[in-house]
Amino acid sequence: MTISNSNSPLARREALKNRLDQLQRMVEIRAVENRIQKLFAEGHVRGSTHLANGQEAVSVGVARSIDPDDIVTCTYRGHGHALALGVTPAGVIGEICGRTIGCAGGVGGSMHLVEPSVGLLPTAAIIGAGLPIACGAAMAARARRNGRVAVAIFGDGTANIGAFHESLNFAAIQKLPVIFVCENNLYGEYSRINLTTPVEDIALRASSYNMPGIIVDGQDVDTVAEAMAEPVARARRGEGPSLVEMKTYRFSGHSRSDPATYRPAGELDAWLKRDPITVFADKLVAEKMLSRDGLEKMQAETNEAIERVVAEVLDSPAPALGDLFAHVNGQSPGGDQRYSFWRN
Amino acid sequence: MAKIWTRQAVLRALDDAMSDDPTVILMGEDVAEAGGPFKVTEGLLAKHGPERVIDTPISEMAFMGAAVGAAVCGLKPVVEIMFIEFLGVALDQLTTQAATMRYLSRGRLTTPLVVRASAGAGQGFGCQHSQMLDHWLRGTPGLKLAVTSNARTTYGLLRSAIEDPDPVVVLEPRILYSEREDHEFDPAYRTPLGKAEIARPGKDATLVTCGAMVRVANEAAANSDASIEVIDLLTLWPWDRGAVLESVARTGRLVTLEEATASAGWGADVVSTVAAEAFGGLKAPPHRITLPDAPIPYSGVLEARYLPNPAYVSEQIAALVSTNKAPAPWWRNAA
Repeated sequence: MTISNSNSPLARREALKNRLDQLQRMVEIRAVENRIQKLFAEGHVRGSTHLANGQEAVSVGVARSIDPDDIVTCTYRGHGHALALGVTPAGVIGEICGRTIGCAGGVGGSMHLVEPSVGLLPTAAIIGAGLPIACGAAMAARARRNGRVAVAIFGDGTANIGAFHESLNFAAIQKLPVIFVCENNLYGEYSRINLTTPVEDIALRASSYNMPGIIVDGQDVDTVAEAMAEPVARARRGEGPSLVEMKTYRFSGHSRSDPATYRPAGELDAWLKRDPITVFADKLVAEKMLSRDGLEKMQAETNEAIERVVAEVLDSPAPALGDLFAHVNGQSPGGDQRYSFWRN
Repeated sequence: MAKIWTRQAVLRALDDAMSDDPTVILMGEDVAEAGGPFKVTEGLLAKHGPERVIDTPISEMAFMGAAVGAAVCGLKPVVEIMFIEFLGVALDQLTTQAATMRYLSRGRLTTPLVVRASAGAGQGFGCQHSQMLDHWLRGTPGLKLAVTSNARTTYGLLRSAIEDPDPVVVLEPRILYSEREDHEFDPAYRTPLGKAEIARPGKDATLVTCGAMVRVANEAAANSDASIEVIDLLTLWPWDRGAVLESVARTGRLVTLEEATASAGWGADVVSTVAAEAFGGLKAPPHRITLPDAPIPYSGVLEARYLPNPAYVSEQIAALVSTNKAPAPWWRNAA
């Protein structure tokens, strides 16, 4: 098991082959989310952040089901996905605190996490933006015949924007190797799904685009990974896209200022009983891979590790003025040092 | 020398780029089987195959975004937007996603994407198929915007845009597709991005323009008593400040001729720059010849008046040069 800030994103990704590391990563995601909320209160975070406590099994389950060479696009509720894919806690917390140690050098912020070495394109602050881009990544994979796939991760709120429908149609007609992963956490920003969407199951919409639509228990990391296996294999075989709907729940509000008072009484409590971390920890205890107090120990160790990361981040510099002008285009300071996906 | 249609220059530029670089692909509505709505992609499907010449659904958000993703992952997509207005439903992918990819990834990801679009008025397509819409794109860091003005610059700008490592929009004035000029294709010919050209030298006034207005400017200059230097900007963003300032330093007068509305037209930026940096050398106030602040009319009578024509441009410049005062636009007394 690795509490692995010192590791590279790629090494962190490889570690997910180990079941204990999967649990540890889920614990880490929760710890980072909780610490970010506190960093906000302490005045270290600007703008807004969008936490995904409760959705850790989706992040880790998806990350473990694809290769680091596969491409992932994701929305602004992406801290968990970034960590699961391999971005270090310092890369995430540093970015959210606007420091050069952050994965986008401090110019992106909470909504724009990125790590090309594990396939993560910059997470987008626009609902739906990642779906067409994933289609294009899939087109490039096919053109290069490298067997790679693209995964677009988005929420139930995205299912009502044009980019969702256009992308599913485009991917289906082109038979693209792309998997559309909808995290249905029942809330699009501040509104419950029944107020905005005439169907309960987003997966139903796959039928309009003649692709498989799969409904998955998003609170169980094994179920998530097993459900992803066939859509990923189908995409690699060149048989086209799938829509996978993860039923999950956002334990916190939409953004840092949202107390989520609009939720029906009892709903949160019911979902807390299916906290993905305890669901998986109980399994590992049953498998005798984790001792009865193993989760608590892991949580304590992780919290300590995250505190060390926070200290490192807060001790690290903000970007220099020159970073403002770097990488605007190929003529800017920093030059044209293109990272080439799929060199081989 | 051969007479070349501008539409042939588009086709030749795409064909040559695809032959030179196997990562160049072409996407858009009706570009493959049908050979393109303006016949600028005819024969490319047969020559380069369906994996590289791709018909898309009428779904600009999807295929513009797919082009962004494909560009990031190693292809060089050229997207055809049939009429520039259709970009409205896909703008996020271009100005918000493609233009920030390099910045957010600190140079680790680039988006070598070209968006070609037919644009501009003069053919009775009405107010939703005749705009230039450069003002939607100018001022977006990370994006470049060029406007073609004849067969030669069409070939040269498209080749440069396809070779650029960043997203470039090339506006092709639709009215020029059926214009011909003497030009010999040279596969090595490029029109560099960010550089203006002196289309016609002169000494009394600098007339800065681009696109379909270049030929209007040239004709006005040819029929004018004043000696007018015509500058074809070619790239509207970022535009060539040095070339304009150098010319104005010689002529002492600045006129812009824009297929753009008076409010927020690109000339406002040119005038502002010249006023700030060359004020002492000006003999007359900078002057803008633009479209009125009204949608583009369908009626042939109205559209002919709506667009600047050579006689009107000559009159305006003659008034400026003889009085050193800016003349009023035609609509000041027309409403």
